[in-house]
Amino acid sequence: MTRNRVRGRLPAVLVLPALAGLAFLLVPLAGLVIKTPWTSLPTLLGAEVGEALRLSLICASLATVLCLFLGIPLAWLLARSGLPGRGFLRALVTVPLVLPPVVGGVALLLILGRRGLIGQHLDAWFGISLPFTTAGVVVAEAFVAMPFLVISVEGALRAADPRYEEAAATLGASKWLTFRRVTLPSVLPGVVAGAVLCWARALGEFGATITFAGNFPGETTTMPLAVYLALETDPDAAIVLSIVLLLVSVGVLAGLRDRWISGPT
Amino acid sequence: MTLNAELRVTRGTFSLDLDVTIAPGEVVALLGPNGAGKSTALRTLAGLLPLTSGHITVGESTWDGPDAFLPAEKRPIGVVFQDYLLFAHMSALENVAFGLRSRGTRKAEARAAAARWLDRVGLDGYEQAKPRALSGGQAQRVALARALVTGPSLLLLDEPLAALDASTRLQVRSELSRHLADFGGHTLLVTHDPLDAMVLADRLVILEGGRAVQSGPPAEVARQPRTDYVANLVGLNFFRGKASGTRVDLDGGGGLTIAEPAEGPVHVVFPPNAVSLHAEKPEGSPRNVWPVTVAAIEQHAHTTRVRLDGPPDVLADITTATLAELRLRPGDELWAAVKATEVHVYPA
Amino acid sequence: MPNLRIRSTIVTGVLGVALVLAGCGQQAASTSSGSQAVTGDVTVFAAASLTETFTRLGEDFEAANPGTKVKFNFGGSSALAQQLNQGAPADVFASAAPANMKQVTDTGTITDAPRTFAKNSLQIAVPKGNPGRIAGLADFANADRKIALCAEQVPCGAASRKVFEAAKITAAPDTLEQDVKAVLTKVSLGEVDGALVYKTDVKAAGDKVEGITFAESSQAVNDYPIASLAKAPNAAVAKAFVDFVLSDKGRSVLSAAGFDTP
Repeated sequence: MTRNRVRGRLPAVLVLPALAGLAFLLVPLAGLVIKTPWTSLPTLLGAEVGEALRLSLICASLATVLCLFLGIPLAWLLARSGLPGRGFLRALVTVPLVLPPVVGGVALLLILGRRGLIGQHLDAWFGISLPFTTAGVVVAEAFVAMPFLVISVEGALRAADPRYEEAAATLGASKWLTFRRVTLPSVLPGVVAGAVLCWARALGEFGATITFAGNFPGETTTMPLAVYLALETDPDAAIVLSIVLLLVSVGVLAGLRDRWISGPT
Repeated sequence: MTLNAELRVTRGTFSLDLDVTIAPGEVVALLGPNGAGKSTALRTLAGLLPLTSGHITVGESTWDGPDAFLPAEKRPIGVVFQDYLLFAHMSALENVAFGLRSRGTRKAEARAAAARWLDRVGLDGYEQAKPRALSGGQAQRVALARALVTGPSLLLLDEPLAALDASTRLQVRSELSRHLADFGGHTLLVTHDPLDAMVLADRLVILEGGRAVQSGPPAEVARQPRTDYVANLVGLNFFRGKASGTRVDLDGGGGLTIAEPAEGPVHVVFPPNAVSLHAEKPEGSPRNVWPVTVAAIEQHAHTTRVRLDGPPDVLADITTATLAELRLRPGDELWAAVKATEVHVYPA
Repeated sequence: MPNLRIRSTIVTGVLGVALVLAGCGQQAASTSSGSQAVTGDVTVFAAASLTETFTRLGEDFEAANPGTKVKFNFGGSSALAQQLNQGAPADVFASAAPANMKQVTDTGTITDAPRTFAKNSLQIAVPKGNPGRIAGLADFANADRKIALCAEQVPCGAASRKVFEAAKITAAPDTLEQDVKAVLTKVSLGEVDGALVYKTDVKAAGDKVEGITFAESSQAVNDYPIASLAKAPNAAVAKAFVDFVLSDKGRSVLSAAGFDTP
């Protein structure tokens, strides 16, 4: 009874654009699904697809971990420190969102490449060269995806009540313990949401990856790269690869959601 | 091990300048209106806000001073915050154990101690409950246990009963009173509720505009308020005046006859229920009688409070029977009468 | 205020309709007259490797035919072919490979016979100064050298494979790039010691990249076909543009960019 009454009150001004928005997001996907050559699916799914998929999942997950390690402290710095010029820093953090990913890849090459500002020393001193390696893929994906995490966590931190941190201090907790045991758990939904966005962005990342890490099967060819190259010669294969990537990512996110994000309902 | 503090904080246009001394086992209530600086004082004692100048010492150790500042996490304190600030993602037990854990107590030991304290505040069986599953009174008790479990030297209570509804409040107040009696350390209670302060504290410090305007045992403060704010808190008619024998000329106009002779600047108080109202001017006996106009009428639980314009202006509590008899309405002109023996006079 | 705004909207609308009508009239006139003078817009889908030359050719064409406007959509040939097959509104398609042209003729989107207007062959590209000391194609088999090639799915990659097969060399690339520009980025930044790209690309990359010619390049000469679309919105200008590309004027611009012309 109650539910029906509430539903009846939903204003059309909101519902119609909402449905249009949903259609806008889903119809292109539907197009992909409809065009999928289901019958030839098994022949198109070779070992290379499995390899690319595995690489994609591993790299996106590692990139997310890297983003968590660097992004949460950065979000904390932006949200809680009295650092001067925080507004400017916050704007800078979003640069990778605005930058065309290919440009991001070039920027990474200029810094971390074999002849890059830092990369040349890494190469000379430690023999480490990131381009054309799986580590390079992780770096490129993390570069592009980190803003999602930072923005999400920073928003959660700014919304969190800092008095809980004071309460922890009066209970004898050091700043670090307070951060770990009080602040972080209280912004966990924001961290999870940010990590999910970050992971999804990393999984779909193409431009920065191929520019910085190149494309070599088994090393740096992730699913989006495989999709792009398949598109050059065999659009059907590209559609199949896209569907596989789509299904796996939706599956993983749905699984995570059930497990980690308990909604308010 | 007396706590001695000269709390001086300047922030913008506001300044706090308050001297506090708390003996072991003593409960001092800091009472004042909003913005008086109560929270600022509490925060300096907690180590959440450094002093601009002054000092805080407990026995031999200095918590804050010209060349020492002990941050909150290093002070042996327990704080019960106004809305408790229980950690939402931890169970009641984990909340209580938190202070012990962060001070290095082993996990099992901390949990055992926390469980004992939960039992002590009457929350046996609620160990695993999350804060949002607790009622206001239960949450308050968890907060108290969390503050006391570490055996602090100073217990700070920030409006500990303000978030509770009236019925719970009565019970929690008496429990809190019992726990405070058992507590051997120093206690500072910050509140704007005079009843909480009177019931729980050994001594009151009244703070107005960052300064202590009055301090003393609750009974003394209640009997002899020194500011309008305090008089209002304790519900007395309060006047400043100049006494000459049994006559006091009030600063705000009008005069009163008193029973005990006095000289010089004085404060004059009498309770609202000492004021009687009459349609006709009453005769005889050593009474103060003066004409008044009804300004407002407020209905309380068992009495009716009438706000009367004088001079002097007074509050009168009358019974419902009197109200019916007089058929009072704002603007009505009446006579107010107070017996000289009901008027309490003390030097300003 | 609201009234004013409404009026201005109406005025704009009326003007817009008038302009559209005028445009239709003009186009109808130019196609029906059958005269040499062509006018109107022409949309050209051209391979990314033609960006510089075709931009130049477009300007020359507009200068030679007042009243025309050439609009370009540069991109990977295969992506362009797909866009055309999906009905993208274009008049002319210039592909970097016959295979991509075939994708479009197969579907009947283009019915004219495509004509080859340029040829391109591979060159070894090395960073300025050749720090990796690449001497010839044989160095591409050396695993210690950082090598970039085009992915086999794109034309320069397919050509590279042919060249290696002819030279009987097993290349050891570190990356298979999605297009020539990506390869050149890596060469010009010194990320790789050597790469295989087209002669024209080396030339276009400027002085950060040096080219080394090798004998086997003749094994993979790439033809660039051009054709106008069957449903070209402006067939007359489309045809005129194709002819212009194949003219002496067109050839000279193409050879200046390093293309061989038929």
